[in-house]
Amino acid sequence: MESYALLLAATLNAGTVLAIAALGLLINEKSGIVNLGAEGMMLCAAIAGFATVVVTGNDWLGFAAGMGAGALLAAIFGVLVIWLNTNQYATGLALSLFGAGFSAFAGISYVQEKLPERPHFSIPVLGDIPLVGPALFRQHPMVYLAIALVFGLIWFLYRSRAGLVLRSVGESPESAHALGYPVRRIRLLAVVVGGALCGLAGAYIAVIYTPLWVEGMVAGKGWIALALTTFATWRPARVLLGAYLFGGVTMLQFHLQGVGVEVPSQFLSMLPYVATIVVLALISRNPAWIRINMPASLGKPFYPGS
Amino acid sequence: MLKLEPRPQPSKFWSYNSPILALLITVVIGVVLFAALGKDPVKGLQVFFWEPIKTPYAIGELMVKATPLLIIALGLAVCFRSNVWNIGAEGQFVIGAVVAGGVALMADKSTGGWIVIAILLAGILGGMAWAGLTALLRDRFNANEILVSLMLVYVADLVLSFLVYGPWKDPAGYNFPQTKTFEAVTQIPRLMQGSRVSIGLLIALLGVGALWVFLFRTRAGFAQQVGGLAPAAARYAGFSSRKALWIALLTSGGAAGLAGALEVAGPIGQLTPYVPAGYGFAAIIVAFVGRLHPVGMVFSAVLMSMFYIGGELAQSRLGLPKSLTGVFQGLLLFTLLACDTLIAYRIKIKLASSGTHHPRPSGPVLATAAQEGVK
Repeated sequence: MESYALLLAATLNAGTVLAIAALGLLINEKSGIVNLGAEGMMLCAAIAGFATVVVTGNDWLGFAAGMGAGALLAAIFGVLVIWLNTNQYATGLALSLFGAGFSAFAGISYVQEKLPERPHFSIPVLGDIPLVGPALFRQHPMVYLAIALVFGLIWFLYRSRAGLVLRSVGESPESAHALGYPVRRIRLLAVVVGGALCGLAGAYIAVIYTPLWVEGMVAGKGWIALALTTFATWRPARVLLGAYLFGGVTMLQFHLQGVGVEVPSQFLSMLPYVATIVVLALISRNPAWIRINMPASLGKPFYPGS
Repeated sequence: MLKLEPRPQPSKFWSYNSPILALLITVVIGVVLFAALGKDPVKGLQVFFWEPIKTPYAIGELMVKATPLLIIALGLAVCFRSNVWNIGAEGQFVIGAVVAGGVALMADKSTGGWIVIAILLAGILGGMAWAGLTALLRDRFNANEILVSLMLVYVADLVLSFLVYGPWKDPAGYNFPQTKTFEAVTQIPRLMQGSRVSIGLLIALLGVGALWVFLFRTRAGFAQQVGGLAPAAARYAGFSSRKALWIALLTSGGAAGLAGALEVAGPIGQLTPYVPAGYGFAAIIVAFVGRLHPVGMVFSAVLMSMFYIGGELAQSRLGLPKSLTGVFQGLLLFTLLACDTLIAYRIKIKLASSGTHHPRPSGPVLATAAQEGVK
């Protein structure tokens, strides 16, 4: 039983990384923009966060640095895509390739670095409950923040005026523009917020989840987060659910190895990637279902007056 | 304020010159970066742009790396021109190398020279099969090909890793994760003595010609591209988008697999975990910088190869990390995409003197501005 409690705890932790990044990308995509640069932003944020913690010893400064790095890269992407009308797929791809190269370059002297003793958290009283405590209540605060973020986002998107404007920009930029909303600035803001959250997720990987720095350590989590928004048909609560599901798949490989399942480790490591493919295929099978839920202008450029 | 004005027609001048402008901007950023790192920028530029072409041997090495990049990019151009976003060429390259390596491992002392052809075909089939998975999932299940092809890169790397750590590990290899060195007969024939350039280069150049004919001189090539430019027109003309999808992915998968076979039976000579060298990703940049044009991609493949060799030299001569290559490759694609704006738009610098509160530009205003631009 004890090991299952720990498996659940690890699942929530792994899911948190994906949830934060995917929620950021969700905001981003609600405005009508696809940013394929998630992986690159997370890598740069990971090294920015890691280096900051090595220098300052403060995890929260590390998270802030990661968010800053993600936001900055997203802003560059946003200006190119929104003002210079570059192709969203190609530009996002450029960001991912650049991010992979730049993070490897910038991180070369941090490969052997170790972080100070990682903190342990436990919610008073709740954390002491047998089984439930270790499973649910001894997590890093970020795990609970991610859940709060989902509720905040649901309120923002479906209950607030600003959320309505954001969605209208994603559904029909022409109409939003005709109503007098600054479509391009709103899109840029959404892209930057998305980048900041991807950055937070990247920093969390390097500072808490792994915690160390190796080249390419995000290992496709940015791409899985991108798949998650489709999987969740662009609904925040389903993003969280999907993130935990994938977190579980990621952790399952270690669990199976732990209980001595006789399968080569490489096949277990394939699980998250294969699961992403299978889930994508299942969810996309009905094109009409995707079309109804997808922000209508997703991936299409908008240039006022053209 | 900068303002973009749509051009009445795409600019021919900029469609040729934006890659050059992008390269110049990348070089300027590179100079700044070298200076910031306390290295002599002139030396930095030398290792990237002069050392790789200084001696005939160096040029040979330049070609060795340009060959796989060009072959993969040729296939990707078919994809991107038909609006199929295959970004998993790296995975197709790896599986091509694995299947080709499997064939090469079967060779023994008595095997004839025909094995090379079998190796190359195996690579092509391996790459096609891997890309075919993406095509199948896109065609049957409407799954996004960007994400599927990319996920399959990770899976391909793990397949390779499984084989070299497991069943294909060389029993006499001191437990290193690698296969035994392939028999000499499997070695891809070289063009001349004293250089590692192989017939792969010839295959790549033949590919350039073949792609040019396919794209610009055949009906099939035309149909392939119409679907990418104007899906509605393609449907009206009766061009099948499913067929275009399969052709695009099988072509690019086959090309990437061929490149994998040429690498593994050429410069590498065995399967190791280091077979994936990022060529599949760099080839995406080669394709875009070369304007998806067969001849353009020859130049961009050589350029990207210079970045690879420059990065290695920067490590050995200047003590800079090899990953500098990736930084410059990414930067080049970024700046290229930005510069490409000049093809469709002209940039007007508008002084803010016209007042802070001006009406939002509407359709007719821009249209007049564009017409004025013509005069």
